[in-house]
Amino acid sequence: MQGPTKGITPSQTVGPYFAYGLTPSGRYAWNDAFSNNLVTSDTSGERIRIVGTVFDGDGKPVPDCMLEIWQADAQGRFSDPQDRRALPNSSFKGFGRRGTDADGSYWFDTIKPGTVPDPDGKPQAPHILFGVYARGMLLHLYSRIYFDGEAGNAADPVLALVPTDRRATLIATREQGNGNAVYRFDIRLQGENETVFFEL
Amino acid sequence: MTLIYPVESNAAHPARLSPAYRSTVKRSPSKPLIPMRHTLSELTGPVYGHETVREHDHDLTIQGSGEPLGERIMVHGHVLDEDGRGVPDALLEVWQANACGRYVHVIDQHPAPLDPNFTGAGRARSDATGYYKFVTIKPGAYPWGNHHNAWRPAHIHFSVFGHAFISRLVTQMYFPGDPLFPFDPIFNSVTDENARMRMVSAFDLEHTRPEWALCYRFDIVLRGRDATPMEAR
Repeated sequence: MQGPTKGITPSQTVGPYFAYGLTPSGRYAWNDAFSNNLVTSDTSGERIRIVGTVFDGDGKPVPDCMLEIWQADAQGRFSDPQDRRALPNSSFKGFGRRGTDADGSYWFDTIKPGTVPDPDGKPQAPHILFGVYARGMLLHLYSRIYFDGEAGNAADPVLALVPTDRRATLIATREQGNGNAVYRFDIRLQGENETVFFEL
Repeated sequence: MTLIYPVESNAAHPARLSPAYRSTVKRSPSKPLIPMRHTLSELTGPVYGHETVREHDHDLTIQGSGEPLGERIMVHGHVLDEDGRGVPDALLEVWQANACGRYVHVIDQHPAPLDPNFTGAGRARSDATGYYKFVTIKPGAYPWGNHHNAWRPAHIHFSVFGHAFISRLVTQMYFPGDPLFPFDPIFNSVTDENARMRMVSAFDLEHTRPEWALCYRFDIVLRGRDATPMEAR
């Protein structure tokens, strides 16, 4: 029974059956609390789509994975009063969720985030936080999506913590095409080119 | 009040690679995670309006045209931070098997009946004191393929949002005295016994409603504590 012991509640896996509760997306009767389309008509900034596939340690796609993203708006402000700078002036929430498809793929429609300061006030390059949840993951993983071609990447204090030969795993690559920008960001949970994850 | 999120608190969590739970073997990173200072990105999190949770979303027994089969129960408690303060307006999402141990999910092939009056999905928002409540059906145990004669102890999945993206928690609530505890690699992936027992709800006779339903209490402690501890003031 729950006693008076101190400490946080431990994490457990989402398991294989979370979809009807967390990402029903029209396949189940339950309604979605969150969407993979973060764009609101009143928000400014460059519309982008992020696409990718999640792979396991055998290089196989992970079809039962959930991704969550959290980001600032185009001015680098978070839709959260704990960000004590001026609040965003649009209905952009900055949070999205998506379950991977049968082929392990996912996508988000959002806007390119602006620059957010680090604890010393130094600018961080535009980035999106993400969390990965799946069967076989007892505790979710956190990491960041950066964007290819951003001038700020070279001076970003978090990217600087990552060994040079692994930094590419955190940088979404721009795909060829017309219309809104599409960035590819594959996530490798283990093995060759394993995505860098952060201890937060 | 500014909340901080000491990484030491993460010691309560299971190791990501816990080979007794076989699916972790190919789904856990092989390289060490990289520590970093928390920035505004990590220390903020989504805030939602009341439209996210509808009035009856916390009652999983009234989603069908009739009453679901099984033992009706109430599950309630507080969402707390590491200082024991209630976390107001926390979003809680739950999903679970029905009384027979069968999930609505299309890939669940356990040969136990589905209940047309039970989906097993619910949602609630904690109030100003961090209090939440669900009405549901006690889920059944069910078999899985991890090892010979593997059965999951009855549980309700919880997904909880706190004040920051890094206080996000997905866990499972268990029921007191389950005989399957010693045999379940997911439950036992939490190696510290005190931490493990924080996932087990307590039978709550005081709030059990006569002639209606048993009650279980499940307090959920999220990461986050005051940057200025009480003792230092």
